[in-house]
Amino acid sequence: MSSGELQDLYQEVVLEHSKRPRNYRVVEGANRQAAGHNPLCGDQLSVTLKLEGDVIRDIGFQGQGCAISRASASLMTGAVKDHTRAEAEALFEKVHALVTEGPEAVDVDALGKLAVLSGVSEFPARVKCASLAWHTLRAALEGRDEAVSTE
Amino acid sequence: MSGFDVERVRRDFPILHQEVRGRPLVYLDSAATGQKPQAVIDAIVRFYQHDNANVHRGVHVLSERATEAYEGAREVVKDFLHARDSREIIFTRGTTEAINLVAQTYGRKHVGPGDEVLITQMEHHANIVPWRMLCDEKGATLRVIPVDDRGELVLDAVDALLTERTRILAVTHVSNALGTVNPVKELTRRAHAKGIPVLVDGAQSVTHFPVDVRDLGCDFYAFSGHKLFGPTGIGVLYGRLERLEPLPPYQGGGDMILSVTMEKVTYNRVPHRFEAGTQDLAGAVGLAAAIRYLEGLGLDALAEHDRALMAYATQALESVPGLRLVGTAREKAGVLSFTLEDIHPHDVGTILDREGICIRTGHHCAQPVMQHFKVPATARASLALYNTREDVDALVRGLQKVREVFA
Repeated sequence: MSSGELQDLYQEVVLEHSKRPRNYRVVEGANRQAAGHNPLCGDQLSVTLKLEGDVIRDIGFQGQGCAISRASASLMTGAVKDHTRAEAEALFEKVHALVTEGPEAVDVDALGKLAVLSGVSEFPARVKCASLAWHTLRAALEGRDEAVSTE
Repeated sequence: MSGFDVERVRRDFPILHQEVRGRPLVYLDSAATGQKPQAVIDAIVRFYQHDNANVHRGVHVLSERATEAYEGAREVVKDFLHARDSREIIFTRGTTEAINLVAQTYGRKHVGPGDEVLITQMEHHANIVPWRMLCDEKGATLRVIPVDDRGELVLDAVDALLTERTRILAVTHVSNALGTVNPVKELTRRAHAKGIPVLVDGAQSVTHFPVDVRDLGCDFYAFSGHKLFGPTGIGVLYGRLERLEPLPPYQGGGDMILSVTMEKVTYNRVPHRFEAGTQDLAGAVGLAAAIRYLEGLGLDALAEHDRALMAYATQALESVPGLRLVGTAREKAGVLSFTLEDIHPHDVGTILDREGICIRTGHHCAQPVMQHFKVPATARASLALYNTREDVDALVRGLQKVREVFA
C-alpha cells in the first residue's frame, strides 16, 4: 500500500474483525435492542443485549455494512461486555473523540483494541460508518426502539 | 472515436487538470454531476459582469439584455430537445423540481381516489417520491413495471399495468443506478394507445445521446443543467403545449400572473405561469452555453465517444477478478455499477479515492432497484465526454489495489 493513511484505516485488526466479526448474533433472552441505519449508504445494523441491573451481560450485533462499520461493531461488543452502562457511555465518548479528532484527542492506551479505529479520523466521510454501532448501542441502552439514524 | 478529440475536450475543463491525494485526478462520477467547460464558466461570469438585471419587468437596457439572454436560453433548449415551441420549455431548479411540478399540477388535477400512477422499479427517488406523495394524498395507487435480472424493464408486463385507471406513466430514460437505456418511444406508444400521458426523466440521457422529444412522442421530459455540464440550480421541464395549457399554476408569485387584485388573480400564459419569482437567470445562461458547447462538439460524435468508451470500460471491468456488474442491459449508457467480491462499496470508494479516483458508492438514490438486485449498495463509475481509456485503466489498477488491501 502506498498511502500511510490508508494503512492506518485498514489495519490488520480492522480487516480481521470485519471478516470474522465477534458476537455476530442475536443475544438469547435479550431485554434491550435497537436498529441503526445510515441512510447515506443504506447500511443497517441491529444490536441486542442483556442488561442485568446496570451491567451489560451479553451483547450481539447483526447487519450489513462496510469493513469499518463491521469492525467497529465487533470491537464494540467485546469492549462493553460485562461493563456498566456508564462505562459503555464513557467509552462511546472516547471512541467518538478518537474517530472525529484523532488519537491526540484521547488517552489511546485506555481504549485497548479500539485504538485501531484511530485511522478513521483522517477519513471524515467514514466517521459515520465507525460510529453507527455505538449510536445503536446507546439507543438500545436508553430503551429507544425507534430506529436510530446517523443523519 | 472519429471526429472527436478527447484530449482537446479535456483542455476545455479546467477542473480536470489537478492532482488530488497527490495523484492526477480521475473523475468517474459524472452521473452525479458533470464538470463544467470554460465556456460555461465564462458565460456565467460574463452575464454577471455585463448583463445582470431582472427580466421581463425592467424598461432599462440591462433588463432588456438579461431578458434576451434568458429567453434566448429557452430557444437554445427548445432546439436542443427538438421541441415545437419555446413555450414548451419551463425552467426549473432541476429534474427533481420538474417532476414535482408535473405531480403537483397535472397530478393533483387528474389523479383521484382509486386511480393509478405507473412508474418503474429502476426509478431514481426523484421519480418515485413525488408520485408516492401524490398517491398518498389522493388515495391513488402507485404501480411499478418490474425489472429483470439484466436490469431491463419487463415489457411483457407493461400492457397489463397500463389500465383504465392509469393517469400517467413516469419512466426514466436512462437508469442512474444501472445504465439501462429504456425504450421510451415504445413505452410512449403503448401508453398513448390507451390515452395515458408519459413523463420521461431525462437526467441521465441528455448527456449521452441526442434527444428528440417529438420523435419520442412523450408528453413531459425533465432534465438538469448540472449533469449536462452546466450550472447547478437550473433544470428544464419540457411539456407539450396542449398538455401544459390546461394546467393550473405550480407556485404562486411574481411573473406568473397577468393581473392581481385582492379579489382575483389572472394567471400568466405558458411557460411563465410555471416560473414564479425570479428564476436562476445566470443558470439559464450557463445552461445555454453548455448546450452550445456540446453542439459545437457534435452530439453524434459525442454519443459515439460514449458508446466506444462504455464498450471498452465494460470489457476492462469484466476482466477484474471478483467483479460483478449490476445491470447488464443490452443497451446501456454512461454508467457501470458493480460489486467487488464481498468488499463493501464504501471501502472500494475510499481506497480508490486515495488513488485520486472519484466514483460514487451507495444506493444512488435508487433503493428499490438495489433491493431487486439484493445489494444494499454498489460502486458506480460513470463516464462522460472528457473521460478516456486511461481513466478506465486507472480504475482497473485501483480495483486491483482494493483487492490487495482486502486479500
